[in-house]
Amino acid sequence: MSDQIKIDTGISIALTGSGGAGVMTAGGMLLEAAAKSGFYGLQTRSVGPQIRGGEAAALLRLSNHAVEIHRGGFDILFALDWSNFSRFAAEITLDENSVVIFDPEGGEVPEIVSAATKNIIELPIKKFASEIPGGRMNMIALGIVAGAIDLPKETVLGLIVRKFASKGEAVLEASRACLEAGYKHAGSVANAPKLVSDAENADVPRWLITGNEAAALGAVRGGIKFAAAYPITPATEILEWLAPSLTAIGGNLVQAEDELSSINMIIGASYGGIPSITATSGPGLALMTESIGLATAAEVPVVIVDVMRGGPSTGIPTKSEQSDLNIAIYGLHGDAPHLVTAPLSVADCLFTTQWSVHLAEAMQVPAIILSDQYLGQAKMIIDKPADVAFFADRSKVEKIDTAYTRYALTADGVSPMAIPGTAGGQYTADGLEHSVTGTPSSAAEDHHDQLAKRRRKIEGFNYGTHWAEIEGEGDLVIVTWGSTAAPVREAAELARAEGISVKTIAVRLLAPLRVEALEAELAGARRVLVIEQNDLAQFYRYLRGHVDLPADTRAYHHPGPMMLSTTEILSEIMKEHRL
Amino acid sequence: MNVSAPLKASDFKSDLKPVWCPGCGDYHVLLSLTKALADLERKPEEVAVISGIGCSSRIPAYLKCYGFHGVHGRSLPLGTGLKVARPDMTVIVAGGDGDGFSIGGNHFLHACRRNIDLTYIVMDNRVYGMTKGQPSPTTEPDWDSALSPGGTGLNPFHPLVIALASGANFVARAFSGDIRGTTKLISDAVNHPGFSFIQILSPCVTFRPEQKEWKSAIHAPPVEATDDPARAARRIMTDDGFNVGVLYRGDRRPYKIGDGVEHKTVADLEQEFQI
Ligand SMILES: Cc1ncc(C[n+]2csc(CCOP(=O)(O)OP(=O)(O)O)c2C)c(N)n1
Ligand code: SF4
Ligand SMILES: [Mg+2]
Repeated sequence: MSDQIKIDTGISIALTGSGGAGVMTAGGMLLEAAAKSGFYGLQTRSVGPQIRGGEAAALLRLSNHAVEIHRGGFDILFALDWSNFSRFAAEITLDENSVVIFDPEGGEVPEIVSAATKNIIELPIKKFASEIPGGRMNMIALGIVAGAIDLPKETVLGLIVRKFASKGEAVLEASRACLEAGYKHAGSVANAPKLVSDAENADVPRWLITGNEAAALGAVRGGIKFAAAYPITPATEILEWLAPSLTAIGGNLVQAEDELSSINMIIGASYGGIPSITATSGPGLALMTESIGLATAAEVPVVIVDVMRGGPSTGIPTKSEQSDLNIAIYGLHGDAPHLVTAPLSVADCLFTTQWSVHLAEAMQVPAIILSDQYLGQAKMIIDKPADVAFFADRSKVEKIDTAYTRYALTADGVSPMAIPGTAGGQYTADGLEHSVTGTPSSAAEDHHDQLAKRRRKIEGFNYGTHWAEIEGEGDLVIVTWGSTAAPVREAAELARAEGISVKTIAVRLLAPLRVEALEAELAGARRVLVIEQNDLAQFYRYLRGHVDLPADTRAYHHPGPMMLSTTEILSEIMKEHRL
Repeated sequence: MNVSAPLKASDFKSDLKPVWCPGCGDYHVLLSLTKALADLERKPEEVAVISGIGCSSRIPAYLKCYGFHGVHGRSLPLGTGLKVARPDMTVIVAGGDGDGFSIGGNHFLHACRRNIDLTYIVMDNRVYGMTKGQPSPTTEPDWDSALSPGGTGLNPFHPLVIALASGANFVARAFSGDIRGTTKLISDAVNHPGFSFIQILSPCVTFRPEQKEWKSAIHAPPVEATDDPARAARRIMTDDGFNVGVLYRGDRRPYKIGDGVEHKTVADLEQEFQI
């Protein structure tokens, strides 16, 4: 039955090892081989506290349909050694069907593993590697796993040639021999699940991309030509992708001395007429807030991507959490209407960023995009994203004959901007409250007019249907946002396959909240579950403050570092269903 | 007006009446700036004056150029973003000693290092004028005030030495009352490639009335500008603080801005993601 194939959960694989064991390289090649063989999948990395080296786990999920998140359990655990396995144990849930492969030289099987499953296979991987000149355990592991799940050997070999050819014949030969050895021993893992391909997928053009790369690409697709950067985990990859890319397309990236500077640099560049972006995480967003207010008051469009991590303060830099919603929505002083959006998947990082560039430019306001560590750093096989026609397209004055009024009170609140260089358009942009000309003013009328104009711009804008992704029907409705949309949508799909109707609303436009549209979507709801990854149920409280919700509305939420999983959300749906 | 007629200083002045106290040194800075822009033969729309917050930072609105009155302390990043994105514009960043050396101190260091082709004018009155008389980083240690009774007891910050040590390419001191000299220094600074810094001693007659005496203390530097940072530093460190003129003129390479040419399309960039 085709339905069954659709909800097939695929194969989840964890590769663990101490620093330098190369589990990420092996995992990356496994993902790429799956991609080349027509599958979908994702890889995330779990690291210990060390900056570099130390233990690491490559967590993969491969499937014949697009998957956005880990299932919440693992089918195969390959431990090159058990050093510091306890650091990952919470993330690598095993059950009686899980297959564990390990090298006895790497220590004893931890209690938590042997208690979970009896399928534990001992293979002397280190010994196999030592028999091959220059042999490496990770390449043998790659061969064993790829062979065990039925990935074609030629595909993996092709990748090895591409990856190692430049490192010389000896390295290439060693890797090839390791892979062959791995495939030879794959038979010892006979009870591993197999990847069964779906012929329909074979010719779909696919990309391998992280959410941070997708956001950066969305930015340039939208017309961004300037970025200012101050590095911070887990946002740095956006900036590092933009640095050479912007130069290549005729733009610029400047490394700033801090986030106070980076936000002001992009405001300055955008005031100059050039669409501009920066990317940061919670600590950087906190530093930027005063100047985001400036961009709101002076009506200068800018885009800020906040790749959220555990907070508050320095928090947990390498783990995902949706806890910056409050600062993004409420962090600015004064009445400062601005945009807050959130991508709903890795692929959606591209769409949401491109759309946000368009919105910010169209309304001359700052837009804060709430991505997170999971979306940003997960590497995913996705269908090639469609081209969408959202570009930076700011209302500008070309020629000025009479006196120019920068902050004129227009019907939609958007006043055409004079770009520096335009003769007769000279004005002073100001964060002080001002009259229509930009002249500082503390008069009540000017203050009220300008506040109303800035509110009107974003309240009255036509956001179309993009404010949310809505699926299914039913009197149980789940409202969610950001990366949590992935497990919610998957759990809902699994529930529907069990005959349970559930509707999901994944909100992309967090501010201004589309209250009327949301209330219309909730019209038939008897029960509402609001699901998010933070401790204070920030989104739930935000909805409570603005939306007429049914009496039976409940929040399901927990903070990071653990992501909300498909299985845990499915069990919440079941609970609601039984009520 | 004949389009080809050269612009006068008054053509750069807006109709807005400054909020400054009568006698404030900043009026003279405004006058010198308009004269310099006329001398430079820039068109008002080709010039952007960017500032932070303070009495002195009000200056953009009093000009007919493009202007940006930003938040306290962040004028240099604003100006930097504008200049990199729009290298065709003449960018002049202006503000006070509190704005530039206290809250914006870190940006000052890095703007000097970055050496972007712009001019930074600080109207130094050794006080926070706008907030009614608190000590700034350049205030004398024994200056008494409500916020620091008996004085701060702190060594004053030395912006010219800091600028030099951080890599500014043009370092000068001016006195607002010396209109001719200040005008010339501003136009030299704008013409000099890279980051140019001018400290303009500009009296706050309200909170530092004793600064009215500055006009008799001012004198021209005894020797010509040098391109040797060590010599310049020695002079600045040992002079009496009232030496006006160009103190250092360097030839460090200005910040490299992209060529603005589209070498690749966005579609080219996407190739790397294709499987
Ligand atoms: C973030 C922030 N903190 C404090 C202030 C209050 N404030 C306004 S101007 C100013 C000092 C200005 O001193 P200076 O730059 O020397 O300018 P002057 O008024 O002397 O020309 C301060 C502290 C502010 N506007 N913003
Ligand atoms: S308070 Fe001082 S600096 Fe401010 S306007 Fe008056 S005299 Fe000038
Ligand atoms: Mg001052």
